[in-house]
Amino acid sequence: MQQAELASEEARVAAIWRDKPGLWGFLTTVDHKRIAARYIVTTLALLIVAGILALDMRLQLSQPGMERMGPQRYNEAFSLHGSTMLFLVSVPVMEAMALWLVPLMLGQRNMAYPRLAAYSYWLYLGGVLMLWVPHALDVTPDLGWFEYPPLSGPTYSPGHRADIWAQMITFTEVAALAASVNVVATILKLRPPGMTLARMPLFLWAMLVTSLMTMLALPAVMLATSLLIADRLVGTQFFSPNAGGDVLLFQHLFWFFGHPEVYIIFIPAVGFISAIVETFSRRPLFGYTVQVLALISIGLLAFGLWVHHMFAVGLPRLGASFYTAASMAIALPVGLQIFCWIATIGSGRPRYDTPLLWIIGFIVTFVLGGLSGVMTASAPLDLQLTDTYFVVAHLHYVLVGGAMFPLFAALTYWYPKATGRMLSEWWGKVSFWLIFAGFNIGFFPMHILGLMGMPRRIYTYEEWTGWGTLNLVASGGVLIASAGASILVANALFSLRGGRRAGADPWGGSTLEWDCASPPPPHNFPATPVVESRTPLWRQEHAQAVMTGLSLKRREVLITSPGEAVPEYRQYSPGPSIWPLLSAIATGILFVGSIFTPWALVWGSIPVAVALIGWFWPRPVKEEPR
Amino acid sequence: MALLAAILLPGACDGPHSVLDPAGDQAAHLHGLLNLMLWVCGIMYALVLGFLAWALWRTIRRRDAAPPGPDESQRPLRIGLGAWAGLVVAGLILLSTASFLVDRSLAAAREHEALSIRITAHQWWWRVAYRDPASGEWIETANELYLPAGRTARLELVAEDVIHSFWVPNLSGKLDVIPGRTNLLDITPRRVGWYRGNCAEFCGLQHTLMALDVRVAPPEEFSAWLAAQAASASQPSDPVLARGQDLFVNGTCAACHVVRGTPADGRSGPDLTHVGTRRSIAGGALPMNRGNLQGWFLNPEALKPGTLMPAVVLPSQEADALARYLEWLK
Repeated sequence: MQQAELASEEARVAAIWRDKPGLWGFLTTVDHKRIAARYIVTTLALLIVAGILALDMRLQLSQPGMERMGPQRYNEAFSLHGSTMLFLVSVPVMEAMALWLVPLMLGQRNMAYPRLAAYSYWLYLGGVLMLWVPHALDVTPDLGWFEYPPLSGPTYSPGHRADIWAQMITFTEVAALAASVNVVATILKLRPPGMTLARMPLFLWAMLVTSLMTMLALPAVMLATSLLIADRLVGTQFFSPNAGGDVLLFQHLFWFFGHPEVYIIFIPAVGFISAIVETFSRRPLFGYTVQVLALISIGLLAFGLWVHHMFAVGLPRLGASFYTAASMAIALPVGLQIFCWIATIGSGRPRYDTPLLWIIGFIVTFVLGGLSGVMTASAPLDLQLTDTYFVVAHLHYVLVGGAMFPLFAALTYWYPKATGRMLSEWWGKVSFWLIFAGFNIGFFPMHILGLMGMPRRIYTYEEWTGWGTLNLVASGGVLIASAGASILVANALFSLRGGRRAGADPWGGSTLEWDCASPPPPHNFPATPVVESRTPLWRQEHAQAVMTGLSLKRREVLITSPGEAVPEYRQYSPGPSIWPLLSAIATGILFVGSIFTPWALVWGSIPVAVALIGWFWPRPVKEEPR
Repeated sequence: MALLAAILLPGACDGPHSVLDPAGDQAAHLHGLLNLMLWVCGIMYALVLGFLAWALWRTIRRRDAAPPGPDESQRPLRIGLGAWAGLVVAGLILLSTASFLVDRSLAAAREHEALSIRITAHQWWWRVAYRDPASGEWIETANELYLPAGRTARLELVAEDVIHSFWVPNLSGKLDVIPGRTNLLDITPRRVGWYRGNCAEFCGLQHTLMALDVRVAPPEEFSAWLAAQAASASQPSDPVLARGQDLFVNGTCAACHVVRGTPADGRSGPDLTHVGTRRSIAGGALPMNRGNLQGWFLNPEALKPGTLMPAVVLPSQEADALARYLEWLK
């Protein structure tokens, strides 16, 4: 075909994938990039706000006997910090990255279920409002990020603080399920021709495993919180021992979700790391097969070790030993992954730009967190470590070191693709060093504090404990990290306009997303790429092979087979619609109402049904003659 | 490494509330396990950092070298990967086995010699009850646990309201205290001294100030203490003290507190029969002295925000009499 003909074809494709301008376009869009962008911006805003809460707590604890906060304020602060970070930041930001990246890495134009992606975001936003609007009204959950009954039951927590926490979870978990189903379907059915499972980039493997885990793990926590709400709302007695209930049932259900959740946060990070290490080492990743097997085995093992959060409840010892062994076993696949990344760097020709610095910071920090995890995995030793600052240190090492550092790496790595501009490399390095140093100065002393007997979730301590010095050091470290975080944010904001123009492939990336323009147009790719290797952009001899034939008149995506990615058929891809937003609002009304009355489930289901009928109402499809 | 140094350095982190200063068999076993873990994990961490340093040094040094050919041998890396896997597995087997053995040792206390003590956790204080060896009656105290050195004590842990966790780090690991269950914790203290325990599971507003003092005493001291605790309070002869007792028995105090030997028999708060002998008051919030006693019952909210103890409104002379009486309850 001639160049002019190609260009006019692309203009037609762009026209059918473009959103309407203005507010209506904003509310109805099903463009995965726009949805993911608002998802990511929301999570990052919450990361900052919940980070400020952390700073506030660190100031309170910086010296013995401080009176910045009383117990109520402090309990609210750590509850809000933990609930926000776990449910509203860490899990959703990884899903959001997947929403943005998966179609681009697949050379596709959208997710498998575009409207479900929109619904997922609006529902997630409902969860954000569920927690933070009541906080503005001073009705803040105050029992931590896991609210064990009977403390969270009707007797000991009257009022609505516990309900708000429980329903916030319902919102975010429905949103997460919607996102996960979408990611799984997209990865299995929308791969470009030639991208067999064995040629799939590791990020896609990571998201596939994560999303399957999400679908298996989240129902457990929704069950736990729903039973809690039933206890509080209609007087069921699931968790009251006096009426034959069992308080430990809640813990089992919660941690059956809660432990896999840690890996639901960590495994996407593994995907980022593999992508970044490959690109910046300028060689294909060492040990691809080992990495894939490691991902799958982490995904399986993650469901067999929830009890290590409950070693102190007084379980039979032999059973506890099983969970000790299972928890320690996870060090093997993770250890192999670490080896493969270092081996890739060491045998490549790495360029040490900011994203790779973050990855090196990740290795140094996360491995320490993994090793303290091995210590807490020991059933007897955990009795000294659990619920102390040792665990606070451990969980921040694995979540910040293990997931946030790779996330920052990913944000700096894909920022040029998303915005078309480069971040300042110099300020990027400054922010890395400040956050890396500040984090380690801030959280390393907490290991020692825990061994010195400092329990977690205390709002103050006395001088004789001797905890003052290390706490002061910790608070100082967190202040340094906050300065780095401010620079990171400022760098991102200023570079949006002032950054150097990026071009399609500023880093010499290996995967398909670097083949489309930066920022990607609404239709992402002019034609479906055809893949011949694991690193399709590192071909030596010829230009990118493509496949044409998708409609120029309506939105279409190419469906391929799950294993070998053989083209099967063209699939109509739904366009912009207001119904996902209306459905989310109807669902939200039902969720919020059910805090107050069980009848909300009955009457609230009517608007939900109406909205869903509107959503799925069949429309005449313009068939295209071929 | 810094962690290793800080922890292996003797005396660096000692104290009455520290994992690193064991004063009993269970804590000592756990401390040994901790040291083993620190060595094994420390070595593994050093290996990872060494490998990373090798990768950085190698690549930074030859930054401008030619790109590696596609068939540059990966054999050394593969062998390394296999060796690394073997090392990780060996380390994990070592640690799991050690962990299993320590777990067995924690359960190995000899039951027939054990001293049985019942501890009931409340929001936010501890009820401690002993069997009187003579009469078989329960002897109660609060927020203070006496243990004879060298003898295993079997603690029966029960919760009155929500989940708490019993933790005296110098003596043993923690064990949750759960409504509807009785958890058993064996402790074999060895070193005489005062230690501190604290609730370790978030239990509501004042989780922070839910401490207890633990005295590991020579056997004779323990027996004498128990005998003294078993006795009822005597009648004060001093008129000020008598006035204090009158205020206690006929005022609001008696609704929640027991003083054995008087008509005061409320059960929802701590037994105060020998409150004057205790080291601290208000669930470990304040050291025991007359001023603190008075400040505590006049305005508990100021000293322990959120406490379930109501304020007692009294003119200053009467408050003084009440505080003197409480202090006198030895």
